[in-house]
Amino acid sequence: MIAACPACSASPANYAEPGDTGAPTHQLYLPTIHCAGCIQTVESTLRALPGIEAARVNLSLRRVAVTAPFNADPTPWIDALAGAGIEAHEADLADTSDSRDRDILMRLGVAGFAMMNVMLLSVAIWSGATDATRDLFHWISGAIAIPAAMFSAQPFFKNAWTALGARRVNMDVPISLAILLALGMSVYETSAGGEHAYFDAALSLTFFLLAGRVLDQRMRTAARSAAQDLAALEPRRAIVLRGENRESTAVSDLAIGDEIWLAAGGRVPVEARLTAGSVQVDRSLLTGESDPIRIDLGDTLYSGDVTLTGPITATVTTVGEDTMLRSIMQLVARAESAKSRYSGLADRAARAYVPIVHLTAFAAFAGWLIMTGDVRYALNVAVATLIITCPCALGLAVPAVAAAATGGLFRRGLLVKSDTALERLASIDTVVFDKTGTLTRPTLTAPDTLGRDACAVLKALAMQSDHPLSKSLVKTLGDIAPARLGNITEIAGTGVQATYNGETVRLGRGDWIGTDDATAFQFGDSWPLHVTEHLLPGARGGIEQLEAMGLSLHVLTGDNATKADALGRELGLTTVIADVGPKEKLSYIEGLQAKGHHVLMVGDGLNDVAALTAADAAISPGTALEASRSAADVVLVSGQIELVSEAITTAKLAHRLILQNFGLAAAYNMVAIPLAVCGFASPLMAALAMSTSSITVTLNALRAR
Amino acid sequence: MNILVILVPCSLLLGLGALAAFVWTIRNNQYDDMEGDAHRILLDDTYDMAPPAASKPQK
Repeated sequence: MIAACPACSASPANYAEPGDTGAPTHQLYLPTIHCAGCIQTVESTLRALPGIEAARVNLSLRRVAVTAPFNADPTPWIDALAGAGIEAHEADLADTSDSRDRDILMRLGVAGFAMMNVMLLSVAIWSGATDATRDLFHWISGAIAIPAAMFSAQPFFKNAWTALGARRVNMDVPISLAILLALGMSVYETSAGGEHAYFDAALSLTFFLLAGRVLDQRMRTAARSAAQDLAALEPRRAIVLRGENRESTAVSDLAIGDEIWLAAGGRVPVEARLTAGSVQVDRSLLTGESDPIRIDLGDTLYSGDVTLTGPITATVTTVGEDTMLRSIMQLVARAESAKSRYSGLADRAARAYVPIVHLTAFAAFAGWLIMTGDVRYALNVAVATLIITCPCALGLAVPAVAAAATGGLFRRGLLVKSDTALERLASIDTVVFDKTGTLTRPTLTAPDTLGRDACAVLKALAMQSDHPLSKSLVKTLGDIAPARLGNITEIAGTGVQATYNGETVRLGRGDWIGTDDATAFQFGDSWPLHVTEHLLPGARGGIEQLEAMGLSLHVLTGDNATKADALGRELGLTTVIADVGPKEKLSYIEGLQAKGHHVLMVGDGLNDVAALTAADAAISPGTALEASRSAADVVLVSGQIELVSEAITTAKLAHRLILQNFGLAAAYNMVAIPLAVCGFASPLMAALAMSTSSITVTLNALRAR
Repeated sequence: MNILVILVPCSLLLGLGALAAFVWTIRNNQYDDMEGDAHRILLDDTYDMAPPAASKPQK
């Protein structure tokens, strides 16, 4: 490949083509890997499997790229990894080596190389080189600096041009102007045998600012790929019945009329009509109601429903965009317009800063011209002012803090998705929670009258099943030791049966055990098991932390008033509002905002999407529907509510550090501007001011980790 | 000062050498997984010296 531009040849498009050997064909998302041991386990497990040519873990992205035949089904690989104790999900084949990332790295490298060489020559000049030697060094510096700056500073030039075209001013305008003027004036000065040339300043400016861009870019790449990974947790494969065969098909390939099979505890991937029997589903993601809903033959299952009993077969009725989603989208569109009005701190700073800098430089030029009548000297002073005041530290102030803060949050399982999320999060004073799925989860509970012996048997039975309700039952039974059972058999979709002291014990569907209840436990007599709501672990602690921070807390729920009151009592909250639909949630948030509050919405369901969009900041658990996650600014990967307060604390800290950084940058300028305007500035001083202020700002930003 | 005629090109060549090495590391995908590479140094296996260059088929 021959390309004139080194950045282009460094970042070729590298998507795999069918038939292309060696390039990865599949990617799996491995949310739990964290060490060298995990890398080795994953790679050796996968390489031992038939059909896999190569496997390479990327620990930063928590992914493994697999090279295999193009249409291979990754399900056995996922099972093999699960056998080795590693959770894996099929992910979209993304381009992990982001070409924009490489492009900007390349520019940073070129700027760094040129800066070092020019600095070397500049040191010689500052230490006293004169006459012909100085001119020679200036010319060599120029020969390095001009092409290097033209290549490296292109992102700034492009952004500045776009902004000017739209009649706006952003930070890139003074940056581009300073670089171009510094180069132009230095060439003129050199050709006139002058003393001051600013080639090194133009390059170090480019270098420091590019470093800020690289931080920004890395952060965004990580957040974007992590957001894609969450999509990998959604059902991606469905089992389609074709005659006698069961085929595993990608959800995106499902067609209307396909017959799908779904195990108990699965999430329905598309809208479908039940074709056999009846099933209980948890529809809380769509409606906010925690009680299971009974779906009979011919009724519709929505995507996002979780089947509680099963297995079931259903016919696909709608594919692609959900009909349920579309009605919500109208509300979302209304809520969106409010949010887009927010402009980031960096933009506001630029808007205030740019006119001041340009006016000062112009005033210096005009002042010296009137006083001395020397155009060349006046121009020299004006350019020196522009270079010294150039927002080098300001350009780093926001991205360095944001990168440190989001990086720190990412390691703790919080995914910050939008640029301005931290700033908006720092300003909130009110938190509105959705109840079901965010604070509580439906759980199967044993009746209080059950004896200790019976509880032990129940726990042992529940442990045999992968059903989500069985798992929740195991948790509610706490530290009771499970009993020893014999002849354990699991009857798919019905329940678990075993013998205990020669007696048959069963856990499963009520009609199988012979009672009217949905779920029952047979141990001598039959006992009904009820689905009740339990607070998620950490919810209480999280709420208490938020209260301690002095935030006002509200809970909105689609559930009835009885349940809402019970939750309010349990958490000690007074503002729990029941029977709220998607529209009421939205208007509740808007009502709070109209009173001047800044609202954080925490929710997971489709009924929350509009409210999440309207709120000043939004947080969603990782288990939420894709629509809610994309409406949220921050995603809690593990779904732990206690992290909400941590997100707010970090956001406030980041906000404070950004303001401090602005202050630091301004302090440097306050010293440097008078010197520059009075004509005392030298290239050495510009270099010192620029480097020290950039380094101070970056070090201060690191405190946000 | 005549020594400059040799020393200045020398320093530039050294710098260019470093730049060429940097370009090579970028083209070789060496910045894709910095966290993973930090851990890989602990592994005994050396069968995977370089990450698979997606742009260059291995066969």
